[in-house]
Amino acid sequence: MGDGLRAYGFIVAMWVRSTLTYRASFAMTVFGSFTATAFDFIAILLMFSHVDALGGYSLGEIAFLYGTTGTAFGLTELLMGSVSRLGHRVRDGTLDTLLVRPVPVLVQVAADRFALRRIGRLAQGLFVLVYALFVIEVHWTPVKVLMVPMMLLSGAAIFAAVFVAGAAFQFVAQDASEVQNAFTYGGNTLLQYPPSIFAKDLVRGVTFVLPLAFVNWVPALYVLDRENPIGLPQWLAFLPPLVAVGCCALAGLAWRAGLRSYRSTGS
Amino acid sequence: MVGYIGPNGAGKSTTIKMLTGILSPSHGTLRVAGIDPSRERTRLAQHIGVVFGQRTTLWWDLPLIDSYQLMRRMYRIPDARFRANLDRCVELLDLSALLPVPVRQLSLGQRMRGDIAAALLHDPAVLYLDEPTIGLDVVSKAKVRGFLRDLNAEAGTTVLLTTHDLQDIEHLCKRVMVIDHGRLMYDGELAGLHEIGESERTLVVDLEEELPPIAVDGARVVRTEGPRQWLAFPASASAAPLVTAVASAYPLVDLSVREPDIEAVIAKMYADRATLG
Amino acid sequence: MVRLYAAVAAGGFRRYATYRMATAAGVFTNTVFGFVMAYTYSALWDARPRLGGYDQPQALAYVWIGQALFAASALFGGGFEDELIARIRTGDIAIDLYRPVDLQLWWLAGDVGRALFQLIGRGVIPMALGALAFDIALPGSPLTWLAFLLAVFLGFVVSFAVRYLVALSAFWLMDGAGAAQVASLSGMFFTGMLLPLNVFPGLLGEIARALPWSALLQIPADIYLGTHTGWGLVRAYAFQGGWALALLAVGRLLQMVATRRVVVQGG
Repeated sequence: MGDGLRAYGFIVAMWVRSTLTYRASFAMTVFGSFTATAFDFIAILLMFSHVDALGGYSLGEIAFLYGTTGTAFGLTELLMGSVSRLGHRVRDGTLDTLLVRPVPVLVQVAADRFALRRIGRLAQGLFVLVYALFVIEVHWTPVKVLMVPMMLLSGAAIFAAVFVAGAAFQFVAQDASEVQNAFTYGGNTLLQYPPSIFAKDLVRGVTFVLPLAFVNWVPALYVLDRENPIGLPQWLAFLPPLVAVGCCALAGLAWRAGLRSYRSTGS
Repeated sequence: MVGYIGPNGAGKSTTIKMLTGILSPSHGTLRVAGIDPSRERTRLAQHIGVVFGQRTTLWWDLPLIDSYQLMRRMYRIPDARFRANLDRCVELLDLSALLPVPVRQLSLGQRMRGDIAAALLHDPAVLYLDEPTIGLDVVSKAKVRGFLRDLNAEAGTTVLLTTHDLQDIEHLCKRVMVIDHGRLMYDGELAGLHEIGESERTLVVDLEEELPPIAVDGARVVRTEGPRQWLAFPASASAAPLVTAVASAYPLVDLSVREPDIEAVIAKMYADRATLG
Repeated sequence: MVRLYAAVAAGGFRRYATYRMATAAGVFTNTVFGFVMAYTYSALWDARPRLGGYDQPQALAYVWIGQALFAASALFGGGFEDELIARIRTGDIAIDLYRPVDLQLWWLAGDVGRALFQLIGRGVIPMALGALAFDIALPGSPLTWLAFLLAVFLGFVVSFAVRYLVALSAFWLMDGAGAAQVASLSGMFFTGMLLPLNVFPGLLGEIARALPWSALLQIPADIYLGTHTGWGLVRAYAFQGGWALALLAVGRLLQMVATRRVVVQGG
């Protein structure tokens, strides 16, 4: 574990150094990442130019949902986003070269082509979160205050599990990186909006089957003093760390199974 | 240095992949330096170096030197040893001008030299080379072969080489293994392979004038071209009596003896097997 | 000559048709995003019925039209540009210029093939699923479908013309990625993929509706929804056709200048 983190650190450091040699180009891509992400929120602002509430939630409350999932997802995408290129590496055979090095393959895949520009997405998420914290009217208690960083970290871990599981799936289906996008980017988009606007079956699905609801919906509803639309008890708001650990364990198993099923192609 | 040859699809690359732990064998057991490759792949990695002719282990977008720095940290190579090994590789493989160049801008031959150096920085006990000269020009091939010969002689590194360029084998390997469809067909000295193949050497004679095929004992004419004729004789026989016989009966201008190339030997081996099977 | 371009288009179609797994994955992703957006639009139109002149079934139809055209009309960019940029960068473009075919038409033909495949392969299924899962507006007459498809084609030509300009910028800019990024960001915002352009407020809305990107999704969707009929339909086509011709002409001009450059430099 420690070895893996150390290796992750120096591979990432190398990519960052190489990225920063072209400063202008780097600044532009960060701007692009920030803007592309910001459009989602601008669309929400445009909606609120016509309405005062969406699904019973105010702009500030939606900004809170948006900011929490945006920050958690931005963190994961920055740190592990590269794993979604796994199918590509399987297809062109370059995965073999990672397998003969004394560093875990997952670490190498996650650190490969580390894209610092993704910091733009993270910054945008944080930006909206800070805005939300200023405007929402919440009766803050110490528990609620602690809930915010807990959500961000657990949420990032849940998204990490989705990224890794998606990469594991690409051992089997190399061209299916878009399926992964549906769960990662699609999941993030879903969580930007309040659960009250979605069909209850969909909410149940992302609570019990693919537990994305624990990234922000469940704990955020506690912070915002809102009823859970599918009638779940409030204490579930304390579960995200456990859910995150469970998801990561399952994703780890999926990764190992995927790696074991790997049959190198070509000569 | 061991050469590992066979036609396409014989299982050469698969063997290398099993020996490095990329693939696990469907049955049977395998040990490299006492380690089961597929179970302890990352531990084994410390002891082996691998060069894939068709794909680089270097970081495509980074300068060559950055790849080496990453290797140093990945393999935890002590600084002094890293310096020494790098300096030696840079000198022998002529890399100094290439160190600041991103790998994607290197030519195939330059990249291959870079790859070989990368595989040696951590002093591996075994070096696997999968088609190391594929696609290289003649000069690059010679450079790579020269370096490998010195490495084997001086550092005593075990080298396992798969190739379909038989010249690699002739230049580099004493021991040769031939496989076909995963079956070992020959394992032994390069010289022995010639005998097994019952191959023939060729005496090329240039006569003063164009003549009908020469008739001498112990040899037969396999080709004529103007005043030049090719005579095949068993590789185990001495050329001297044959030369004397030809020289006494015909007006000779020049002559030379050609060694059998193993390509022909191996082709013959497969052909024999086909007729037997 | 026509047969040559038809063959190029057929080649483009076949090439994309071979990526079955990627196509299936894309259908899945478009469907997931369609679902998320359909629920948010439902909430928005619940709060403001008749917003932007649409009733709820029309707004939901708009969502699924967007998902259906997303890949075919390359709303966020993508398609052939990377390949053309690579050819410009490596200088292979000089070879293309000596071929007895028109460069712009050649790439257009190939992209028509790609778009046709993606309209069928990636458009039809999400649209059908959307129609099954939600109450979406459907055209009453087959003529409306035909009018819609013509508008989709004209919108696609505008999309091609914009992307062709982006690719040609690689003749002058060191990094074609910059132009591609600007074009992609504009596409995200001004096609109306995030929110219909007739919901954009005030001056922003007027500008957005006048820009070429409104020809890609907004106008085809409005024709599908029966907003433009009679002379209004002619005006809509004229708007699309006008932008298509203007942008293709600029592309042709740039191509001429660039060609002279390549020839002067001796390839």
